[in-house]
Amino acid sequence: MTVTDLEVAYGGVPSGKEHIYEQEPVLSARNLVITFGRVVGLDGVDLDLYPGEVLAVIGDNGAGKSTLIKCLTGAYVPDSGTITMNGEPVHFKRPQDAREAGIETVYQQLAVIPALDIASNLYLAREERRKGPLGSVFRMLDKKGMEKRAGESVQNLGIQTIQNMGQAVETLSGGQRQAVAVARAAAFGSKVVVLDEPTAALGVKESGMVLDMVKQLRDKGLSVILISHNMPHVWEVADRIHIQRLGGRAGVVTPETHDMGEGVAIMTGAKKLADGS
Amino acid sequence: MSADVSSAAAEFARRQQSPVQRLQHQLHGKPWLSPLFLLLVAFIAFFISTPTFLTANSMGILLQQTAVVAALAVGQTLVILTAGIDLSCGAIMVLSMMVMASLSKDDGMPSLIGLLLGVLLATGAGLLNGFLVTRINLPPFIVTLGTLSIFTAIALLYSGGSSIQADRLPDLLNFLGKGFGIGQFRLTWGIVVVILIYAVMAYVLSQTAWGRYVYAVGDDAESARLSGVPSKRILLAVYTVAGLIYGIAAWILIGRAGAATPNAIPDANLASITAVVIGGTSLFGGRGRLIGTLIGALIVQTFAFGLSQLGVDQQWRVLATGILVIVAVAIDQWIRKVKS
Repeated sequence: MTVTDLEVAYGGVPSGKEHIYEQEPVLSARNLVITFGRVVGLDGVDLDLYPGEVLAVIGDNGAGKSTLIKCLTGAYVPDSGTITMNGEPVHFKRPQDAREAGIETVYQQLAVIPALDIASNLYLAREERRKGPLGSVFRMLDKKGMEKRAGESVQNLGIQTIQNMGQAVETLSGGQRQAVAVARAAAFGSKVVVLDEPTAALGVKESGMVLDMVKQLRDKGLSVILISHNMPHVWEVADRIHIQRLGGRAGVVTPETHDMGEGVAIMTGAKKLADGS
Repeated sequence: MSADVSSAAAEFARRQQSPVQRLQHQLHGKPWLSPLFLLLVAFIAFFISTPTFLTANSMGILLQQTAVVAALAVGQTLVILTAGIDLSCGAIMVLSMMVMASLSKDDGMPSLIGLLLGVLLATGAGLLNGFLVTRINLPPFIVTLGTLSIFTAIALLYSGGSSIQADRLPDLLNFLGKGFGIGQFRLTWGIVVVILIYAVMAYVLSQTAWGRYVYAVGDDAESARLSGVPSKRILLAVYTVAGLIYGIAAWILIGRAGAATPNAIPDANLASITAVVIGGTSLFGGRGRLIGTLIGALIVQTFAFGLSQLGVDQQWRVLATGILVIVAVAIDQWIRKVKS
């Protein structure tokens, strides 16, 4: 792949980051099709996610954003098309498959358990057991260790409003819960973190906090897919913007080459990219 | 993002909490505190009013009377923690008891095999409940309402409605009714088994990943699934383990009753639910501790025992239990509204 490739270039490449786009995409989808009965969910979608970039996915309601993401994270199995990670074809049958391949998803509904504490939520379904026979025979959880490492994960993201890992998630604010969900994804996502509408339910200050976390994930070298309806948020953090329209990809732009108005125009079909698909 | 120490909100967070709010906070973290308090109050009240109440002899009898319902209530706690309910627990216990007694009566079968087959049947009955809940997607209330009738009827049909007295049963089946004395304080092996069940399950619930999944599935099944918890498998396992515990309760019941009787403890189903609810476990799932259930079972039995020592009509006990259940659920609703 080179920067001149049409796939990357028709919306341009963020200046100063050209080297990213000379690498192989960490996650790549080609010609994804999925139908639900007679409804076409995805009508041949391509997507490329490069290492260390934030790729926003925008689109009107029903454009196929969430369907696309669910195909990439194993929640749906596409009818046809290929998904590759670092060039290797992958076939996700369940969300766990994608997770094991290094893709973590923060769902819109967050998927946190209110009654459990923060550390338990971070390690839910990934519990670590004590060393020796206590863990192997008696299945005893390493609560202290998990709590300690949970604290480190949260600190790594610079979240200062959460201190006590033994606090129940139900006592947290919406933004803090979001932070817990993002921290979980960041702690375990080794390659890709997918965030589905992470700021939809949040206030201004809390949204800022989540956007900061997105930037930090990118700075750590992870690739982020951000689905959002909020154009200012998208234009603030995204390196490139994948515009989804009518079950297909209308184009990929960058915040430098296109402003929000143009982005929305492409999204709604008022404007077409000359060399877009 | 930095904590704005001078903001009104931060001021609010540091506000002095009223004693009531602190109590609410405490109860939120430890929902078994209020039943423990109630148990102590009941003990003190009966100690003052009846001289024979707080004696070693009486305490031994109290524990023996509590054992069967306390054992059932462990399975019931597991099910209620997953936001389900098991109306069939007593029926499974009785069916299991009649089968193990019939198979091994008059030396018809090696007693150990008869016992194991009875426990296995109870486990299978729990598995059936779990299968109907997770695979056919029926609400637990409906499933267990149905199996309550089914298992009760099978137990009656199978036994022909007649009891099997202890003298026709092998020693192994009567064993849990036997015991040992520490002075006046007499414990049965059944009580020891109940304590063991509590210890093992409390460990499993609090120290293992499986226990955590039980809470997670009960609190928010969909979030648990998205987080990678195999929700249906956990639910199926919960009903199956509950069935296993009902099978052990059947063994305890034979020893306690001195016979296998198809209409033994007719109120066992509801008594187990009462113990769980009074013990502070939420009927909405995801919250509660096994220790609370033990306290809840003891409270119900303490009222029954204390009031009978006072020579009061047993209906007062029934009335008091009803009030306790309503108060316990009201407290649960209140402590759920806790603010950080």
